[in-house]
Amino acid sequence: MIKVRKPGLQTTIQDRGRIGYYHIGLPPSGAMDPFAYTVGNLLVGNDENAASLEITYMGPELEFGEDTLISVTGAEIPPKINGEPIPTWEAVAVKAGDVLSFGIVKGGARAYLAVAGGIDVPMKLGSRSTYTLCGIGGYEGRPLKAGDVLKIGGQQVRRAEPGIRVPQEYWPSFSTFSEIRVMMGLCSYRLTEESKRTFLETEWTVTPEANRVGYRFKGTRLHFVPREQPFGAGSNPSNVVDLGYPIGSIQVPDGVEPIALLNDAVTGGGYATIATVISADLAKVGQMKTNEKARFVPVTREESLAARREEQKRIAEVKERIITR
Amino acid sequence: MDKQEARYDYGGDEFIFVELDQEMSLEVNFRAMAITEKLREKNWTGILDICPANASYMIRFDPDIVDADEIISELKKIDASVSDLSEVELESRIVDVPILYEDPWTHEALMRFRDRHQDPNSTDLEYAARINGFQSKEDFIHAQTQSPFWVSMIGFVPGLPWCFQMVPREEQIEVPKYVRPRTYTPERAFGWGGAFACIYPVQGAGGYQLFGIAPAPIFDKDQRLPDFKESMVFPRPGDIFRFRRIDMDEYNAIRRQVEEGTFTYHTSRISFTPDEVIHRPRAFSEKVLGRLYR
Repeated sequence: MIKVRKPGLQTTIQDRGRIGYYHIGLPPSGAMDPFAYTVGNLLVGNDENAASLEITYMGPELEFGEDTLISVTGAEIPPKINGEPIPTWEAVAVKAGDVLSFGIVKGGARAYLAVAGGIDVPMKLGSRSTYTLCGIGGYEGRPLKAGDVLKIGGQQVRRAEPGIRVPQEYWPSFSTFSEIRVMMGLCSYRLTEESKRTFLETEWTVTPEANRVGYRFKGTRLHFVPREQPFGAGSNPSNVVDLGYPIGSIQVPDGVEPIALLNDAVTGGGYATIATVISADLAKVGQMKTNEKARFVPVTREESLAARREEQKRIAEVKERIITR
Repeated sequence: MDKQEARYDYGGDEFIFVELDQEMSLEVNFRAMAITEKLREKNWTGILDICPANASYMIRFDPDIVDADEIISELKKIDASVSDLSEVELESRIVDVPILYEDPWTHEALMRFRDRHQDPNSTDLEYAARINGFQSKEDFIHAQTQSPFWVSMIGFVPGLPWCFQMVPREEQIEVPKYVRPRTYTPERAFGWGGAFACIYPVQGAGGYQLFGIAPAPIFDKDQRLPDFKESMVFPRPGDIFRFRRIDMDEYNAIRRQVEEGTFTYHTSRISFTPDEVIHRPRAFSEKVLGRLYR
C-alpha cells in the first residue's frame, strides 16, 4: 500500500495504453515516454504492462505501507527517500514507513515511478491508464489527490534485486532544444509552399498549453492556400471537413500556433493536419517543458521505420543488460 | 455516382489517412463506411483501429506486423469494388433523440463566451437562423427537427456523433464555428458547426454554436443504463437520428428516468438504398418518421 501525502502537480496512473478504441473517440492514453516507463518496470521485475505513476514537473510525496522495490526513470526530478537522495534508473529497496519525495525538475517533464507488483487499479477496456477528460481508468479516473491510498498489485513476473541499474549510456539526455522528426502530409496541401518551409525552419517555443492532450507551440503565423471552402468544412481557411486525427498529428488552427496531439488527444475534428510526429519521437515531445524550443525535421517513411526499430533495439538491449546480469 | 480519386497518405509510421473528397456529401460518407466495413470484415491482424470519418477515413496499424503499402493496396481494391453504391441496401438503427432548445444551461454557457462569437449581440440560435435566411427561430428549429440526420462520424471525445442532415444540399444548414473555441460546454449540449450537428458527450471545450441540450446521455462510462450495456458510447456510425423538440416538463421527466437508471432510447430499424436518400429525401424522411413513431 502507498499513501499519497502530497499529489504533485499532475500524477496519474499509466500503463502501455488502451488500444483499439480510437474509432469510438477514446484515445489510447498510456505513458507519454514508453522507454522510461518500460525500463522502470523491467528494473523492478514487473510485467512490461504493469501500471506505474507518471509524474509531471513536480513530484508527489508518497508514504510506503510495506517493504518493496521501486525505480524512478524518465525526467530528472531528483527522488529522495526520507529526505536523502536516491539513484534514478536503478532498483531501490524501500521500507514500510519510508517517504518518497522529489526535488525540483532539472531536465525533461515526466518521470515514472515503478513499484514491484505494479499499481493495482481495475482494468478498464484492457488498460489501467488514466484518461482524465472522461474519468476513465486509473485511480477514480483522475490525477492523484492527497489522502489517496494506492494498492500494490501482483504484476511482478521475476525476482529483482536492489542495485540493478540501467547503464548510463542508455539514459536520455534532456535539452531545452529538441529536434522532433515528422512526416509531412495528411492535409499539408492546404499550406502554401512558403508556409511549409516556414513550418520546418521556425524555432518553435512550447507554450503553457502543453499537456497529455497535446502541445501548443508559438513561433510564426502560417498561411493556407486561398480557396472557396468546400461544402461542410466551415469558414476558416484552416478548416476541413471533420476528419480523424492521427496521434502525433499537427494542426494549425487559423494558422496560429501549431498543436501536436498526444496520448490523450481528441481523435478527430475540423482542422487541417499538416504533419505527424513519428512514433519514436512522441516521447521527446512529452518530455518538453513550457518555453523550451523545438524544430520539426522532415523524414521519410523509411526513416520513420528505421527510427522505430532503433527504439525497439534500445529497449531490447537494456532488457538484456538488466535481466541477465 | 461520380467518384473522386481517393488520396492515400501516411500519418507517421502508425496511421494511414485516406481522403475520399474535400467536400461533404452523403455519397462520400456512404463510400467511407462501405470501405471501412469491408476492411473490418477481414479481421486483419496488425490493424488496430478503423475510423470512418465524414469524407475520409483513417487506419491505425502496427508497422511491426503489417506494412502500410500492403494495406493501401488492399484499400484500393476494396474501393474499386464498392464503386456503385446507389443500389446497395443499407440497414440502419433509427433513434428518437429528444432535444430541449434554448435551455438555461447552454444559454448560460454561450452568454459567458459572447466575446468569442461572430455576433456578440444575439444568441447562437438567433445568429445561425439569421445567416441561414430563416424568418424566425421557430422556423429554424422546425427545419432541424423535420428531417433525420445520418451519423457520419464518431470521435473528438468518446461517443461524440457528427450528424449530417438528410436533406437536399440547398436545404442544408451551415454555420461557422466560434471565432475562438469556448473553454466550457455543458455535458449533453446540442451544437452545430460547419454542416454538422452534434451532441457533446462530456463537459469540456468546444467551438460549435449551441442551440440546446439533450436530456439523455450519449456516453455512460459506468454503463449503468440499458442502452450502454455493450459499449460506453451510444451512437454508431450509420445510425439515423431524429432530433425531436421537447419542453422542460419532458426534459425533467427524462432526467428522472436517467437518474433512476430506467431510460432507454426509442429506436427502430430501417432498410434503404443511398439512392432513396439522395434522390427522394422528402419521401425518405417520412419513411423514417413513420417507422420510428408508428
